[in-house]
Amino acid sequence: MTAELWPYFVLVVIGFLPNEVWRALGLVLARGLNEESQIVLWSRAVATAILAGVVAKLIVFSNGALANIPLGMRMVAVVIGFSAFLLVRRSALAGVLAGEAALLIGGYFFTS
Amino acid sequence: MPESRSFNSPSAAFLGGVKHALTSVFFPVMAGTYIGLGALAHDFGLSAWWLTLSTVFVWAAPAQVILISGIGTGAAMIEVALAVTLSAIRLFPMVVALLPLIRTRTTRTVDLMLPAHFTSVSMWIESLRMLPGMAPEHRMAFCNGLSVTYMAAASVFGLVGFFLAAGLPPLFAAALLFITPLSFLISTARSAVTVLDRVALALGIVLGTTLAALHVDFDLMWSGVGGGTLAYLVNRMWKARARA
Repeated sequence: MTAELWPYFVLVVIGFLPNEVWRALGLVLARGLNEESQIVLWSRAVATAILAGVVAKLIVFSNGALANIPLGMRMVAVVIGFSAFLLVRRSALAGVLAGEAALLIGGYFFTS
Repeated sequence: MPESRSFNSPSAAFLGGVKHALTSVFFPVMAGTYIGLGALAHDFGLSAWWLTLSTVFVWAAPAQVILISGIGTGAAMIEVALAVTLSAIRLFPMVVALLPLIRTRTTRTVDLMLPAHFTSVSMWIESLRMLPGMAPEHRMAFCNGLSVTYMAAASVFGLVGFFLAAGLPPLFAAALLFITPLSFLISTARSAVTVLDRVALALGIVLGTTLAALHVDFDLMWSGVGGGTLAYLVNRMWKARARA
């Protein structure tokens, strides 16, 4: 398989299929999971931890243009954003705007 | 209390769904999320076609982030597959909860395949809120109108982010790339109200970073399964204490 087609293969087999299988199961079984069952709780915890890891790695081990901004500055921007979120009545918008502003300002002064 | 809407026909209901999507709070959220996703896809060397196809066929932002960073960093496919599969489990109860609202006595299972595919968090929340207040025969049309609009918007904004990342000066491109991790972190934190979710989030961040720094193979599996299991156990102990 050529290198160009590989991402599409992954898209179908690893992206489309797993998501669609769970949706189809919902359609076909038509009866739910017990939301409080141990398996559901455990898999929710694992899924949350995985996504948290993916996202943390995007910040700590940044790629491309984001890597031009020093790690310390990126961490500070996250902390500022997260603090704004907590302080402004848990507003996600405030958090994202504050974090972005911090990154832009910090990145302007501290480009590595 | 569900709001009530009434339509003259299924096509009016479809258009109603479109309008509702455009004016809902999820519209700017989705725009921002997909601008970030588009920038990420560009940064990791994926094509605009791939991005758009992933938006249409995967239709789940967390799974798309996992895919993009997995392909881009050359992660083991089995790891990516497991991560995507786990992230998609939440779709199952969402579909189970939504479909009975859309289904009428004359609906065939095959008619429901499209709404099932369309199911995603924003569309699900809005449908659960709006559908009970309208006539059953119009619900599928409304739901489809809602979904098509969200999906079209996501595709368009994905491309916006993609081409902005390509064209903007480095500082702004960096800010664009920062959107995805920052917004995912905050929105996950916002919806993490239970001990289980909060501990899993914290452990995922700490373990994920640590194991990656140590260049451990399958770091995401270890931090995910390890962190998640720990969070699960902490949650159990916490609940046992609360009962005692």
